[in-house]
Amino acid sequence: MKAFAQLFLSLDETNKTNEKVRVLKEYFLSVPDTDKMHMLALFTGRKPKRQINATLVRTWAMEMAHIPVWLFEESYQVVGDLAETITLLLPKSTNSSNKTLTEWIAEINQLGAKTEEERKQWLISSWEMLDAQERFVFNKLLTGGFRIGVSQNLVVKALADISKLDSATITHRIMGNWSPEEYTFEQLMAEEGASDDISRPYPFFLAYPIQETSEKQKSPDELQLALGDAGEWQAEWKWDGIRAQMIKRDDKIFIWSRGEDLATEKFPELHPFLMALPNGTVLDGEILSFQNGLPMPFNVLQTRIGRKNLSKKILEESPVAVIAYDCLEYAGEDIRNKTQSERREILEQVQAETRHPEIFRISALIDFKSWDELSEIRGQSRSMIAEGIMLKRKSAAYQVGRRRGDWWKWKIDALSIDAVMIYAQKGHGRRADLYTDYTFAVWDGDKLVPFAKAYSGLTDEEIRKVDNFVKRNTLEKFGPVRTVKPQLVFEIGFEGINYSTRHKSGVALRFPRILRWRTDKPMEEADTLETLRALL
Amino acid sequence: MAKKPLLEFTDKGIYCARGSFYIDPWSPVDDAVITHAHSDHARAGSKRYLAHRDSEQVLRYRLGEIQLQTVGYGEKVMKNGVEISLYPAGHVIGSAQIRVCYQDEVWVVSGDYKMENDGISTPFEPVPCHHFISECTFGMPVYKWKPQVETFNEINSWWRHNAANELATVIVGYSLGKAQRILQNLDLSIGKVYTHGVIENTNEALRRNGIVLNETHRITVDTTKEEVRKGIIIAPPSAVGSPWMRRFNPYDFGYCSGWMSIRGAKRRRAADRGFVLSDHADWDGLISAIDATGCEKVYLTHGYTASFTRYLNEIGFDAHEVHTLYGGDELEEEAPPKSSPEGRTLNDSSIGTEVDNDDKEASPSGGGLEGAI
Repeated sequence: MKAFAQLFLSLDETNKTNEKVRVLKEYFLSVPDTDKMHMLALFTGRKPKRQINATLVRTWAMEMAHIPVWLFEESYQVVGDLAETITLLLPKSTNSSNKTLTEWIAEINQLGAKTEEERKQWLISSWEMLDAQERFVFNKLLTGGFRIGVSQNLVVKALADISKLDSATITHRIMGNWSPEEYTFEQLMAEEGASDDISRPYPFFLAYPIQETSEKQKSPDELQLALGDAGEWQAEWKWDGIRAQMIKRDDKIFIWSRGEDLATEKFPELHPFLMALPNGTVLDGEILSFQNGLPMPFNVLQTRIGRKNLSKKILEESPVAVIAYDCLEYAGEDIRNKTQSERREILEQVQAETRHPEIFRISALIDFKSWDELSEIRGQSRSMIAEGIMLKRKSAAYQVGRRRGDWWKWKIDALSIDAVMIYAQKGHGRRADLYTDYTFAVWDGDKLVPFAKAYSGLTDEEIRKVDNFVKRNTLEKFGPVRTVKPQLVFEIGFEGINYSTRHKSGVALRFPRILRWRTDKPMEEADTLETLRALL
Repeated sequence: MAKKPLLEFTDKGIYCARGSFYIDPWSPVDDAVITHAHSDHARAGSKRYLAHRDSEQVLRYRLGEIQLQTVGYGEKVMKNGVEISLYPAGHVIGSAQIRVCYQDEVWVVSGDYKMENDGISTPFEPVPCHHFISECTFGMPVYKWKPQVETFNEINSWWRHNAANELATVIVGYSLGKAQRILQNLDLSIGKVYTHGVIENTNEALRRNGIVLNETHRITVDTTKEEVRKGIIIAPPSAVGSPWMRRFNPYDFGYCSGWMSIRGAKRRRAADRGFVLSDHADWDGLISAIDATGCEKVYLTHGYTASFTRYLNEIGFDAHEVHTLYGGDELEEEAPPKSSPEGRTLNDSSIGTEVDNDDKEASPSGGGLEGAI
């Protein structure tokens, strides 16, 4: 655990990429293989199952620190992180311990079988033998909120450097469902196949956005300059659903979402067509709700995401289908290195053979001769229920992760509205103890009606200024929320808008975010509820 | 009828009507007693000032031409029958708690203070009183300091590591207090100490006052980055991210502040290293200081006043939250330096008039302003 705590600290202590990679390599080279796998699991978002309820952890921490509940809550507001708050509040440790990360995680995993009193004793004696830095990572493990300021790419790079495997191979091998208790470092490093797990997805290839602002659109000439001839590109609509990879191997099917969640059971409608695919087929595509052959807005699909049980009613109200746009494996062979056009041909062939064309759809290619023409076509995105256009270079392989160059997403303008900030709340993590989460309102006659919360999009300097404004202009406090003197105007961008019975304004926004601070606008000139409703 | 309290809180500052003087006023007054020279406590414009003798030159440097009377710790000054005396606060060199006594009633104004002996400021002494007016900048239980020797061990080994790796080392701390505390605790066998002009001006003022400080080298236009590479540069917060600082690239930069105990605060500053080093009392320090005065009532002026006051009341003190303007200007705390065009930046620092607003340590939390709402 000491090495792991030190790793965490060292990563925290530098902002330099090379230094982070160096620190990661040093860790890999100094710990036992089982620790390496646990670390990899944690750093790739495979959190251990939470074995103690966070409320109990809080309660026992308060007891040990001798502080009242309200003071604990206020401390948490200041720190913005539960594991760290507990670390800072506990009295100094009296003991020390040399247990490895693997041993600690094993102990944590055995807690399930213990009584509450046993858990408490275990937790208190654990805290007593860990120093501050160890306690912090330990609390993170325990409360399941493990997030590290280092990207998976860096971890993969460090592993690649010490193992002489290439990054894409490692990225692929750490995808999917594995547990550090079963997947060994040896298997991870093994040359071929031995460790292959039939459920394992390929890393997703992600598109880079073509940057535009509402004032400045890309002209056909600029596209020509940046991307070359239109003839080298394949264009499709950009669908607004759930990105998914669908696997059929050894008569079994797996559906993976982009967050590397296994979502097979969430989409029973897709099972028949997947089962009918030849073994050794992997498709990439978008899952959307469909009705009468037409895609429906994302919010229809949203109603069934996150549900544990899919009732008959839900399945009837928002039935799903797939719009496939790529094929990554065919006849058991990884074909990611074939060109986009070659893969497209294979995909078309696979789709042509399906007996479920209503469920297994294919993303139609847009016919265009010039950038000029495509710009024109893009204007129809909203009526196609698409977010814009995807551009894929015909000669490109299917790559790993978000890469510039061969896949571009060219979205249509986000919707936006000018609104007044009326409530503020403190943020978390890097934004702890700063007012960074705001609620916005628009005018309804002479009243301001709240309609959205947003917390991203400002620069650090703007955040400081707004934070200062909030502290100086608080009208009332309700727990952590402050009512702020209405004055500041922000442009709020969003992806979609729908009717809502749950919100005072009668509308709900999708992905609201702050586009910019309209320091040029007095609050009287903010938009009205009427303008907002007109966007429905 | 209740008699008028000896000290009261007015819109100009802490006021003694009987003695006709103010303590750390934020508006110009006739008579101002100053706890210490930080800009939120010592402001220009008053007619007469009274302060500790070790703060004389710094006050004159910062406030310009002032009429200033200085005293040593424990010396008594009478004003309209009210006895005023200064006791060490341990915050920065020359910082004092102000004891005010009239007819056996004793009030003490802490100014800012810390409990640990930092080796250069006269250490804090508890002063028995009936009424104690205290700061509580770090009045939350998450703030607990380690002994400074541990922090300086970290700082020195970080510097040593950078020097061995051909990286310049920039350490950031407020120009009065933190800068000298750092300077006096560095391991000078590693290399030379270079200072930003704002800090060196303060050092010079202190030296004129007879304070002995380690050797420093003011950074000027002629200072080369090769020269400073093995050394350490002490810079004020206003230099962070400035062209002045970027000139020393490649460098590693560390920030010294009590706020560094919270990861989020460190990450916001994008510092390579955050060292927990504060000139204020931590949670346990505040409580023990207040307890040691044996006071009947305690008033909390700036910091996490609401929470700390509530807690003190729960553990049996008679505590009151008051609104003051101490704790500084939040906006300036981390503000980038006034946009100075590349080129004139190096000698900028040697212009004596540019005084940074230091001791903004008392701010990011909402501090005194929290109360001002």
